[in-house]
Amino acid sequence: MNHPLPPDTANEPMAPGQRLPDSERKEFSPEALAEIQAIMAQFPDKLAATLPALHIAQREFGFVSLSAMKAVAKAIGIPEGHVFGVATFYTMYQKAPVGKFHFSVCTNISCALRGAAQLLEKVCEKTGVNPGQGPSPDGMWSVEEVECLAGCGSGPCVQVNHDVYDEFVDEQKLIEVMEACKRGDYRPWAK
Amino acid sequence: MAAIRTKRDPQIYTFPGFGTDKFPNLMLRGAGDLDNWHLKVYEQKHEGYVAMKQALKMEPVAVTEEVKASGIRGRGGAGFPCGLKWSFMPKDTPERKFTRYLVCNGDEGEPGTFKDRAILEYNPHQLIEGMIIGGWAMQCATGFVYIRGEFLWLIEKLEAAIQQARDAGYLGKNILGTGWDYDILVYRGAGAYICGEETALLNSLEGRRGEPRVKPPFPAAKGAFGQPTTVNNVETLAAVPPILRMGGAEYGKLGTPKNTGTRIYGVSGHVKRPGLFELPLGTPMDFVVNELAGGSSTGKKTKAIIPGGASAPMFDEKDFDCPLDFDTVKARGSMAGSGGLICMDEDTCMVQATLRLIRFYAHESCGQCTPCREGCNWMTMILHRIEHGEGKMSDLDLLASLTPRIGLRTLCPLGDAACGPMDSALQKFRHEFEHHITHKTCYATGSRLLSTVGAH
Repeated sequence: MNHPLPPDTANEPMAPGQRLPDSERKEFSPEALAEIQAIMAQFPDKLAATLPALHIAQREFGFVSLSAMKAVAKAIGIPEGHVFGVATFYTMYQKAPVGKFHFSVCTNISCALRGAAQLLEKVCEKTGVNPGQGPSPDGMWSVEEVECLAGCGSGPCVQVNHDVYDEFVDEQKLIEVMEACKRGDYRPWAK
Repeated sequence: MAAIRTKRDPQIYTFPGFGTDKFPNLMLRGAGDLDNWHLKVYEQKHEGYVAMKQALKMEPVAVTEEVKASGIRGRGGAGFPCGLKWSFMPKDTPERKFTRYLVCNGDEGEPGTFKDRAILEYNPHQLIEGMIIGGWAMQCATGFVYIRGEFLWLIEKLEAAIQQARDAGYLGKNILGTGWDYDILVYRGAGAYICGEETALLNSLEGRRGEPRVKPPFPAAKGAFGQPTTVNNVETLAAVPPILRMGGAEYGKLGTPKNTGTRIYGVSGHVKRPGLFELPLGTPMDFVVNELAGGSSTGKKTKAIIPGGASAPMFDEKDFDCPLDFDTVKARGSMAGSGGLICMDEDTCMVQATLRLIRFYAHESCGQCTPCREGCNWMTMILHRIEHGEGKMSDLDLLASLTPRIGLRTLCPLGDAACGPMDSALQKFRHEFEHHITHKTCYATGSRLLSTVGAH
């Protein structure tokens, strides 16, 4: 671990009047609606389907847009305000578009001790995007700095989309991971 | 169903002597074996579901008594006796029938902790078995497993394993002819450290923001969906089958008298062999770090060790011999927490390390209680300016005055957790903070601070 520590970009509040970006898609597919109905039936309270439905929305819409939140509220039959509150509370719901391959780089203490800050810099350099900046012009990459991924013993680690952890990542490994993404070895972000 | 991940992770799970009587292998059975999530493999190789069949023949109260006899304390961090927790659940009376729930806390987010992941990866059936036994002991209607959202591949694996258990008749209606109906549902979190706190987890499970609740009522009275609920860590529940197999009294002989059994210690940071080591409680820290994890990886002396995940106050050299059990670590001024040991060598800048830790708490504070929401942010800002060479001597007193105004003044222990590293770093490494302020250079590395050199 050595200087410098990258700035924390994840927590920046929205400027007054700034709106969340919206998605092209406005409604769930019938299959997704059926999936949400099935989840609602499993739990004692339909409200419990909020988090799973938002995960499904993220998969369908590409990110959790305002339209996605409204669609979730409509599908479950709960107030939009509740869904908005939940979606903005949890960091895994992306409120803005992300690339086809979304890199989550852990920079927490265990990884930082093994060079996570330098790795984050390398990831930004190789992909050409900075954390919180949205996808690269070709739509391939986006980068996020995250808190502990529970890969402490094999840090620094990077998670690509929601799929696989890559551990003990150095520059060479990072290049290999990016090549694997281009080849299609990793599941892309949305379906 | 999606394909189950077959990528091997590079963790170390074993050491010479592991699996013998001295270092029994109870929870990491099958670690490294990617086929162990199959029910057949678990049953054939690892005495799978033997304990469950045994438990279902016992009275539910007798199962709780067995767990009580083992003396096992919760592995999630607080170290509350598991059997006692189970006995708090209300029992049915002729006038009132309860719907009880068992919730498994798999929201592993404590920096330095990566044990639950190994259990879910290599031994999901042991967790399922533990949840069936726990469900039977408390006569629960449903078991929920709350797993952090990042572990999607583990969720897929666990769901596949649960389906195998259903097909074998271990879950569902009238399990093994006992007339008891029970099923396990997996719930995926969405990236909030605070959901590891039990009442925040329950809120999240109900589809709300993960904000801790006011206690009382405790979950045993009013938990998930307003019903009596017990929340246990993955590791605690995974320890239940071995307890039943061995017998509570026999399990209680492991470890020390008040801290029984084995637990999985995760060693990370500046060590040669970072990994997971299952050891009896009370194993000395220097043995774990130097013998098993191979000591410092950088060739420099180890300066500080965090003994129980990021929330635990740091230890400096004089406490490296501390036996790792709940009581001794607490008596020495830290906490055994989740069992994650984070080692830092001499070249680690403690100002920077503290800043990184506190920034984590500022980021993860749910925002409900003012002391934690505002306090953690202020500590981050003050540390930030010290780290960037703009600190004043009075900042150190300011930091010291902030922690008592955060600790024990919030609904949940997240605020206290932030104070642990802050206080201990200031106490034990105050000279580094002072060096930053007076010399505008880093004490550990000697490098100039950001404000004087720009980026890099």
